[in-house]
Amino acid sequence: MPETGTHGASIELENLTKRFPGSAQPAVDNVSMEIKAGEVVVFVGPSGCGKSTTLKMINRLIEPSGGRIRMGGEDVTDIDPVGLRRKVGYAIQSAGLFPHMTVAQNIGLVPKMIGWPRARIRERTEELLDLVGLDPGEFHGRYPRQLSGGQQQRVGVARALAADPPVLLMDEPFGAVDPITRDHLQDELIRLQHELRKTIVFVTHDFDEAIKLGDRIAVLRERSHIAQFDTPEAILTNPADDFVSGFVGAGAALKRLNLTRVRDVEITDYPTVTVDDPLQQIFNRLRAGGTGEVLLLDRRGRPYKWLRRGDLMRARGSLARAGTLVHDTVTRDATLRDALEAVLTDNAGRVAVTGRRGEYTGVVDMETLINSVHEMLEADRLDAMEHQHELESLRSAQTQAEQEGAGGVTSVGRGGER
Amino acid sequence: MNFWEYLVNRHQQLLTDAYQHASAVFQCMVVATLLGVLIGVATYRSEWAGNLATTTTATVLTVPALALIGLLIPVVGLGVAPTVIALTLYGLLPVVRNCVVGLRQVDPSLVDAATGIGMSRPARLLRIELPLAWPPILTGIRVATQMLMGIAAIAAYASGPGLGNVIFRGLASLGSANALNQVLAGTLGIVVLALLFDAAYVLIGRLTIPRGIRA
Repeated sequence: MPETGTHGASIELENLTKRFPGSAQPAVDNVSMEIKAGEVVVFVGPSGCGKSTTLKMINRLIEPSGGRIRMGGEDVTDIDPVGLRRKVGYAIQSAGLFPHMTVAQNIGLVPKMIGWPRARIRERTEELLDLVGLDPGEFHGRYPRQLSGGQQQRVGVARALAADPPVLLMDEPFGAVDPITRDHLQDELIRLQHELRKTIVFVTHDFDEAIKLGDRIAVLRERSHIAQFDTPEAILTNPADDFVSGFVGAGAALKRLNLTRVRDVEITDYPTVTVDDPLQQIFNRLRAGGTGEVLLLDRRGRPYKWLRRGDLMRARGSLARAGTLVHDTVTRDATLRDALEAVLTDNAGRVAVTGRRGEYTGVVDMETLINSVHEMLEADRLDAMEHQHELESLRSAQTQAEQEGAGGVTSVGRGGER
Repeated sequence: MNFWEYLVNRHQQLLTDAYQHASAVFQCMVVATLLGVLIGVATYRSEWAGNLATTTTATVLTVPALALIGLLIPVVGLGVAPTVIALTLYGLLPVVRNCVVGLRQVDPSLVDAATGIGMSRPARLLRIELPLAWPPILTGIRVATQMLMGIAAIAAYASGPGLGNVIFRGLASLGSANALNQVLAGTLGIVVLALLFDAAYVLIGRLTIPRGIRA
């Protein structure tokens, strides 16, 4: 496991500005933000808003015209950019794999440059291929053109992670793959990040992707001005202004469902029996249960059939043909949206929740879901209000400080402001 | 004496000429390749410098070979020197042009990726850009070589080495017994050499172009 690896480092941007020669307006205007170690921050915004430029200034692919960048507390604005970039993983759209090198050579490039011994590079390559879900034996000798788009992207991520950098910059990495593959890759990234705890800055124009991946989202408007920088929950329930709500788009409450997992809501217990139980016991269970229905589990404890009283009457001593097969289950890690989907398609409005090996752990139904969502939204609203309050007091404190700093007529000016 | 008898009779002389011909072309090509790639690398990044390099080398090519060699004789004298200079100059154009075009054709996102993962400029050039531009550069070298094969024959005008001597001797004594045989032997010899070189380039391409970018 790469658990031994370097965890994330914090990133601070301070008044970062980029002015391209020949254009009157700066492309990035005075951006300040703090990204905590081990956090996934997503820059989202319309095309041309400078989000990519901002990202590229972090590894100084684009040199800032003004402002500072600090990484893990160290000012990296003026250090050797080549050395800096070797400590910052970089993954881009369509992977950017070098077509004349094999998968293994692509991944081993950075370790080779920083002088790792061959054996270690080889070992690392295998480990990384494994990590991104590609069979090392099969893939390490292949050339990029022999891979599908999704596989290339995985290799791209592996290459970015090769020298175990504390920071990972991803510039619309999943922009060029089909929606299904993109969904897979996003899930993979979430899983990876769970293990690796890197600091990831991710650029996308897809708000749903931002919600799915980000611990915090920075919604950027033109010239990379931060419209809102907050958790996905807060942005969904309390967008700062019309620009943000326009970007969030319709169905914020539905999108909110993507942010909560089944394990976070109340799972009801349901009367269960197993296929080996004698019929009499099943009858007793049904009578005692009060739901008029029991869940039949197979020998490994996995949900098998829903049994109603009427089913058993008709069954006459054999369970083989009685009941309705369980055709859909959700895992504890599924999002509430998936659960809602399953509940909506189920004719009785409930779905069995399973653990890691498919074993039964409980049931969610419409009522639980609705209650949970209500509670969730209410909590979000309270959080957001509190947060806004904090921000406002911070802002007024700042204005005050600034005005005091300006000197002279401060007290009069401040009096007027209030 | 028929053609075959002529060949058998003079094979020693012909082989020496052929060897010198091939050797001159080969050596000039090596120099032209090195110079051409250097010029290409130095100029491809800037619009006007790259264009200047290709235009200049193209202009050289429009000067007739005979005239160029003729002009070189008063400056560097007779023999090997004007031959080498002329051949190298003519060999430059295809190499420079293909090098500039090839380097410019490298996907900018790959260059960006290379820089982004922490490659220094020389490393990027040697490990990414030149290998990716190598197939067009090799094509340039191949075209240049075939061109030089023909041009090298004219070097005999400046008493240079090679099969051109045989041809010129034949042309000078038209009507004599062996005139036609000489011209024929020289020309065919050049054709055979050109084919041999071409085969060698195919082999070099096989060996040096990585499988991932081979067409």
